[in-house]
Amino acid sequence: MSSTVAVHSLWTTAAPLAADKINAPKIEYAQLAPVLIVFGVAILGILLEAFLPRRFRYTGQVGLAVVGMAAAFAAVVALAAGGYATTKAHIAAMGAVAVDGPALFLQGTILLVGMVGVFTFAERRLDPKAHGRHVDSFAAQGSAVPGSDQEKDAVRAGFTTTEVFPLLMFAIGGMLIFPAANDLLTLFVALEVFSLPLYLLCALARRRRLMSQEAAVKYFLLGAFSSAFLLFGIALLYGYAGTVSYSGIASVVDGTAKLNPALADSAGNDALLLIGAALVGMGLLFKVGAVPFHMWTPDVYEGAPTPVTGFMAAATKVAAFGALLRLLYVVLPELRWDWRPVLWGVAILTMLVGAIVAVTQTDVKRLLAYSSIAHAGFILAGVIATTPEGVSSVLFYLAAYSFVTLGAFAVVTLVRDAGGEATHLSRWAGLGRRSPLVAAVFAIFLLAFAGIPLTSGFAGKFAVFSAAAQGGAMPLVIVGVISSAIAAFFYIRVIVLMFFSEPKADGPTVAVPSPLTSTAIAVGVAVTLVLGVAPQYFLDLANQAGVFVR
Amino acid sequence: MSFPLLTLTAGLPALGAIATAAVPAARRGAAKWLALVVSLATLVLAAIAFVRFDPGGARYQLTESHAWIADFGVRYELGVDGIAVALIGLTALLVPFVIAAGWHDADPLEEKNPNRRWRPTQGFFALILLVEAMVIISFEATDVFLFYIFFEAMLIPMYFLIGGFGDRAHEHGEEEAARQRSYAAVKFLLYNLAGGLIMLAAVIGLYAVTADQLGQGTFSLQEILQARAAGELDMSTTAERALFLGFFFAFAVKAPLFPLHTWLPNAMGEATAPVAVLITAVVDKVGTFAMLRFCLQLFPEASKWATPAILVLALISIVYGALLAVGQRDIKRLIAYASISHFGFIILGIFAMTSQGQGGATLYMVNHGISTAALMLVAGFLISRRGSRLIASYGGVQKVAPVLAGTFLIGGLATLSLPGLAPFVSEFLVLVGTFSRYPAVGIIATTGIVLAALYVLVLYQRTMTGPVKAEVQGMPDLKVRELAVVAPLIALLIVLGVYPKPLTDVVNPAVQQTLSDVHKTDPKPALEASK
Repeated sequence: MSSTVAVHSLWTTAAPLAADKINAPKIEYAQLAPVLIVFGVAILGILLEAFLPRRFRYTGQVGLAVVGMAAAFAAVVALAAGGYATTKAHIAAMGAVAVDGPALFLQGTILLVGMVGVFTFAERRLDPKAHGRHVDSFAAQGSAVPGSDQEKDAVRAGFTTTEVFPLLMFAIGGMLIFPAANDLLTLFVALEVFSLPLYLLCALARRRRLMSQEAAVKYFLLGAFSSAFLLFGIALLYGYAGTVSYSGIASVVDGTAKLNPALADSAGNDALLLIGAALVGMGLLFKVGAVPFHMWTPDVYEGAPTPVTGFMAAATKVAAFGALLRLLYVVLPELRWDWRPVLWGVAILTMLVGAIVAVTQTDVKRLLAYSSIAHAGFILAGVIATTPEGVSSVLFYLAAYSFVTLGAFAVVTLVRDAGGEATHLSRWAGLGRRSPLVAAVFAIFLLAFAGIPLTSGFAGKFAVFSAAAQGGAMPLVIVGVISSAIAAFFYIRVIVLMFFSEPKADGPTVAVPSPLTSTAIAVGVAVTLVLGVAPQYFLDLANQAGVFVR
Repeated sequence: MSFPLLTLTAGLPALGAIATAAVPAARRGAAKWLALVVSLATLVLAAIAFVRFDPGGARYQLTESHAWIADFGVRYELGVDGIAVALIGLTALLVPFVIAAGWHDADPLEEKNPNRRWRPTQGFFALILLVEAMVIISFEATDVFLFYIFFEAMLIPMYFLIGGFGDRAHEHGEEEAARQRSYAAVKFLLYNLAGGLIMLAAVIGLYAVTADQLGQGTFSLQEILQARAAGELDMSTTAERALFLGFFFAFAVKAPLFPLHTWLPNAMGEATAPVAVLITAVVDKVGTFAMLRFCLQLFPEASKWATPAILVLALISIVYGALLAVGQRDIKRLIAYASISHFGFIILGIFAMTSQGQGGATLYMVNHGISTAALMLVAGFLISRRGSRLIASYGGVQKVAPVLAGTFLIGGLATLSLPGLAPFVSEFLVLVGTFSRYPAVGIIATTGIVLAALYVLVLYQRTMTGPVKAEVQGMPDLKVRELAVVAPLIALLIVLGVYPKPLTDVVNPAVQQTLSDVHKTDPKPALEASK
C-alpha cells in the first residue's frame, strides 16, 4: 500500500511507479515514414526559401517537392506491400496514428493527387510574361497590398511566390495524418496543419487578388468556426469517455471499458456523447463540404487560384472523408442507429442542394464547386452503408473523383483572355470549334462527373450506390439517381455551350501549357478512362484496404 | 467456340471509329471511304454470325464469357438468340446506307472554319461507327450491367450527331437552326439520361436482390434465370414490380412509347436524314429489343401484371402518333410521328404475349428499320435539293424527278404496310397475335393502318403530284450514289415481303422460349376451344 495519497487521479497516477522510471515514447519511425518524409521536405523547402538565391528557388522547390512526394509514395507502397494494410495493420506512435488499409490507401491517393497538384502549381507558361520573366498563378509578393506601388515593384522585379511549394507540402503532411489519426487530439492537430497552409494558398492569386483574399478570409473564418466546433466536441467526448483515443472511446461506448473513476460525474453520460459526436461530425462535414456546412465552398473555389482550388477540391475531400469514415466506423459504430438517420438527411440535402443550385451557376469554378457538393452527397451514401463494401466503395470513389476534379480544374486554367482565366460560362461558347482537343478533354471530365458509363465516375457511383442499396438505403439510392439526373443537366449544358454554340469573336484563347499542366491533364484523363473501363484492380485494392484497425 | 465473332462484330466498328477520327483534316475523302469499308466489313461479320446461328440449337449461341468487374458481379458475357442476331443484321445492314446517304452531310464550309484542325467530317463518320458498335454490343450482351453500360453510353455519340450536324438549309436562318438543333439534342439526352438513371437504380436494386439471396451479386442473365428455375432466387412481388418499372421506363423512353415520346419528333426533325434513320431504325430498336430480352425474362410476373397498362399506352401511341402524323406540315416530323405509331405496334406485339405477336414484333423491328430508312433517306434527298422540310414547299415533283418520286412512293407504301412489301407481314402478324388474346385491342389497333394510309398518301399527293411549283422546277433527279442507297433497300422490302421465311425461321424459336419464360401459351383458336 502506497503512502502517497492521490490528490486527483487525473493529475497523478499510481505515484511509486512514476518515481521509478519514465517510459520513453515508442515511435515506429519506419511506419510513419510517408508523413515524416513530407514534413521533412516541407521544412527543407522553408530552408531553401531562406538560403537559396532567388533564381534557383523555383527549380529547387519544384524538384524537391516532386522527389519528396515520390519518396513518400514509395514509402506508402512499401508499407502496403509489407502487409501493413492488412495483416500487420496496427496503431503506431503511442496510439496516435493508425497504420492500416484505409489510411495507406488514402495516403497514397493524397500523395498522387499532391504530385499532380505540384505540376499545376509549377505551371509558368499560361500567364503572359511579366517583364520578361515567366510567372505562375500566384501573387508576385503575398505581403504587397493589391494595387500598391509595392506590388508593382514586385511584379516589375519578376518576383514569384515559391513559398507555395513548402506550404503545399505542409498541407499534404497534415492531410496524410488526418485520415490516419487515431485519437481526437491528433485529428485536431492534423486538421489545423493542413488547413492553415490552405488558407494562405487561397489568398495568393496573381490576378483578382482582392477576390482571392476575400475567399481566404471567408475560408479562414468559417474554418475557424468549424475547428471550434470540432474542439468543443472533442472536449465533450473526453468528458464522456475520459480518453481521447478512438479505441478508448469506442470501448466506453460499447461498454467493455472501465470508466475513469475521477470522471464519475460526467463519464458515461450519453448527452455528452451525442452532443460531442455531433459537434465533431459537424467539423468534419464542414471540411467535406456537406449541406448545410457547404456555404464556403463556392466562394472559396471561385476566389482561390485555380491550381489551389483543384488540389483543395480533390485532396481535402479525400482526407476529410477518410477521417469521417474512421470516426464513424471505429469510434461510433455502436452509435450508428443515432447517426445514420442524421446522415441520411445530410446526404439527401447535400445531393439535392448541390445538384439543384448548380443548375443556376454561370461561373465554371462555382459550377464545379456545387458539383463537388453534390458528389459529397453521393459519397455520404456510401458512408451510410456501414458495411465493408461501404468503406471500399468510398475509397474507390474518392480516388476516382479526385483525379477527375484535378483534371477539370487544370483545364480551367488553360482557357484565358486578357483578364486571366475566363471562367464565366458564356465565354466558353464555341470552345469546341476553337480547340477541339481541350473541349473534348473537358467533356470527358464532365461526363465522368455526370456518371456516364465507361468513365470512372460511373464505376464510383455504382460502387457507392450498390453499397448503399445493400446496406438497406435504397431510398437514398433513388434520391441519388434523381439528383444525378439533375446534375447531368448542367454538365451537359456546358458541353452544349462548348460544342454547339457559335464561338464569340472576342472569345478567350486556349493557352498552350507546358508539359507540366499537360501531364496533369493527361493523368486525369488516363485515370478517368482506366477506372471506368477496367476498375477491377483498383476495386480489389480498395477492398483489401477496406478494414480499419482498432 | 473460341473465335470471338461477336466481340469482333462490335469491336470492328469501334476500331474503325477511332481510325476514322484520326484521319488528317485534309484527307476527309479518305475518312468517308474508310468508314464505308469498315461498315461493310461489319456487315460481312454480321452475315457470318447470322449464317452460323443455328435456329434449332441452344438458346444463346456464339457465346463468350470473361471476368470483368468481379467486384460488382459483372461479366463480359455475350451471346445471341434469334431475335438478337436478326437485329444485329439489321444494324449492320443499315449503317453502310446511312454512311453513303450522309456522304456530303458533314463537309465543312470553308468560310466558317476558324480552325484548320476542325474535322467535322471525320467526327461525323466516326460517331456513326461508334453508335453502330455500341448498338451491336447492346444486342449481344447477356449481362445486364454490360448491356446497361452501352445502352447509356450510346447516348453521347448520338447526342453529338443530333446536335452537331443539321440540314444545310433551314427556313428560319442559321442561328435559329442551331438553336433548335441544340434544343433537340438536349431534349434527346435528358429524356434518355433520366430513363437510364432510373434504370440504374433498378440495376442496383437487382444487384442487391441477387446479392441478398444468392450470396454473390450477379448480373448474368443466364445465372439469374437458372437460379430462379432452381428456386434459389425468389423476388418478392413488390421488388419484382419496382424493378420491372425501373427497366421498362428506360426502354419506353428509348422506344419511344406514349407519353415519353416527345423527344423523337424534335430529334428526327433537326437531325440530318441519315442520323434520323440511325435514331429510329437502329438505336430505338434497342429499347423494344430490351423489353423482350430483359423485362420479360427477368420479371415475368411483373410483365404480366403490367400488361393491361402497357397495351393501353401502346394503343394510344398507335392512334395518337398516326393522328399527329396526319397533321404535320414538316416531312421529317411526319415520319417521326409515323414511327411512334409503329413503335406502338411493336410494343403491342411484344406484350400481347402470343407467338404471332412477338414473332411479328421482332419482324416488325427489322421491317420498320428498312422501310423507314428508305422513306427517310429519300425524303432527305428531296429536302437537300430544295432546302426546306415543309410539305407546302413542294408540289409536282414526280414530273421533274420521277425516280425520286417513285422511290418515295415505294418507301411510303411500305410504311403503310401494303401487302407484298415486308412491313405488311409483320403488321399482320402483330394484329393477329393481339386479336387472338385481346380482340378489342386488335380492333382498335387496326385504325392505325387506316390512318397510315391517310398520312402517307396525303404526303405523297401534296409533294409529288399536282402542278409543278416554281421552286421545284429543274430539280435534279436521284444521282447514282443516291440510287445506290435506295435501290437495295427497296429490293429488300420486296424480298422480305414475299419470302420472309429466312428471318422467321431464325426468330421464331427465340420467341417461343421467351414466351415459355413468361409461362404463357398461345390461346387456343376459338373454334377448337368451343369443342
